[in-house]
Amino acid sequence: MISENTITDFIYREAELLDTMQWQAWLDLFHPDARYWMPLEWQQQDPVLQPSLMYEDLLLMKVRVERLTGERTFSQKPKSRCHHLLQAPRIVACDPAAGIFKARTSYIYTETRGDTLERFSGWASHDLVQVGDDLKIMLKRIDLVNFDAPFGNIQLFM
Amino acid sequence: MAKYGKNPRAIAGLVRDAEVHRDVYVDPEVFELEMEHLFPNSWIYVGHASQLSKPGDFITAKIGRQPVMASRHSDGSIHVFYNRCPHKGVKIASEPCGNTGKFFRCPYHAWSFKTDGSLLAIPLKKGYEGTGFTDTQANGGLSKIKNVVIYRDFIFARLSENGVGFEDYFGESLSTIDNMADRSPEGKLAVAATPIRYMHTCNWKMLVENQTDTCHPMVAHESSAGTAIKVWQREQGNSTETPMAVQLYGPFMSPYEFYEQSGIRIWPNGHGHTGVANSIHSNYSDVEGYLGQMVAAYGEKRAHEILGEVRHNTVYFPNIMVKGAVQILRNFIPIAVDRTLVESWVYRLVGAPDKLYERALMYNRFINAPTSIVGHDDLEMYERAQEGLKSNGNQWVNLRRLYESGEEPDVTAVINGTSERQMRNQFHAWAKYMTMDMNQDMDQPVEAAE
Repeated sequence: MISENTITDFIYREAELLDTMQWQAWLDLFHPDARYWMPLEWQQQDPVLQPSLMYEDLLLMKVRVERLTGERTFSQKPKSRCHHLLQAPRIVACDPAAGIFKARTSYIYTETRGDTLERFSGWASHDLVQVGDDLKIMLKRIDLVNFDAPFGNIQLFM
Repeated sequence: MAKYGKNPRAIAGLVRDAEVHRDVYVDPEVFELEMEHLFPNSWIYVGHASQLSKPGDFITAKIGRQPVMASRHSDGSIHVFYNRCPHKGVKIASEPCGNTGKFFRCPYHAWSFKTDGSLLAIPLKKGYEGTGFTDTQANGGLSKIKNVVIYRDFIFARLSENGVGFEDYFGESLSTIDNMADRSPEGKLAVAATPIRYMHTCNWKMLVENQTDTCHPMVAHESSAGTAIKVWQREQGNSTETPMAVQLYGPFMSPYEFYEQSGIRIWPNGHGHTGVANSIHSNYSDVEGYLGQMVAAYGEKRAHEILGEVRHNTVYFPNIMVKGAVQILRNFIPIAVDRTLVESWVYRLVGAPDKLYERALMYNRFINAPTSIVGHDDLEMYERAQEGLKSNGNQWVNLRRLYESGEEPDVTAVINGTSERQMRNQFHAWAKYMTMDMNQDMDQPVEAAE
């Protein structure tokens, strides 16, 4: 039975996989029809007809992950590393009967490469579904507090 | 140490026939002179008239480092002025866009201005009586930029009072903007959202040059476009329809031969475009209903003419690039010698199916966003160049690919698509627009850069 604790543990585990660069295990957390979305507007509703920083399906996320380790991926020489500092997730919905599990997590994200270090703040929203005994991500939405600022490269995943 | 100020000969000396000196990318003094001469002497993109749809609408922008704003006046006319109060210099508008109502009001001392920039009122006006105020520039309100041309809703301004006229400056290159607007069944484009913004730690000209650099995609983007193709081939299974994403990434891996035959067209004053015969945008799938709309609007022949023109990147010297086939404009805004803000705008084709806007937005975030893997490939190259150019081992950047001795400057020509001639064309224009207003400062007249 999926409880609020299951959701929280899932979100901590996801961040740990990213921070330890276990990319394949991280991709395995996603449902085949999942989306990873980084809006470009305040309280954005439409990912298709409004601009976003990212709105990607599993195919595109696989491309990203595979690219990170490519022999000719020069922007990963040296490699980037990341760190997620998460606030305790706020459970928005935990309804096993309806199959609805949602959480919102405030975070500080650090991405570093060579001598540079960039820090970002925002909220991650997880829409999860139950597949067998496991939870899978249907939608991971990243709302940066300064979504409209001009960033340099963001090469890993928040 | 000032080497280049008031020294047009030294500036012209930075540009050889097929080489440029590294100081054009790394020397802070050269950058200062670009802000002082090159940008004011050139026609610079300010914004799009669709961003000013109602009276009182305004947008802000920068020309070089100078803040400017454009507004829609109550009579429907568009005005461009310097974004500074004539009183103490406070910026009148601080947001990228907005609506000011019937007038602008300076937040410091409440001087107010009509939306055509003229002075409306000053509190305690009596205090200025008999002071000679009416003879000052402040009495004229917001300082207006006189040389403004709105072409197919694209607002361009030239700060220098004297210089090359708009028509002479852009000439036939305007055909790319025409083609982009003509792709709307109503002949109209509209800005419907904010641009994607991406900060680059490199000189702005590296970005401009890269727009017509057709020998880098299959090399630098092997990691992104090449991986996209590889993953799709592995994952596609029985799928017969190539996803829009793979259609957009895939052509970046086209071989040299493709770019060679697709050609480059150059125009006078540093403008030029890749993708003459065809381009990486040629083979996107049709969008249902669109061709019918175009034929209804333009007739069979003209509709096919418009849609058959699929230019790749058009550089409008000095610092924008337009992609008509996916309705994108990239603005390379110089911040410092080694810092460039890239704002990538998408225009909606008025009256066309949503799917085209969806594709343009997708292209923009795939290629032009700080989260774009193609962007990561490019920025890595620019950053390495910005560092590498500090080396004294070789102070020249080589632009000699397919150079022919005696190349005429400021001509229109179609050439092999892997030529670096458009880069040479840009640097010829660079030297010209850097120095054209310097000679008058000299004791001894010298030859112009060309």
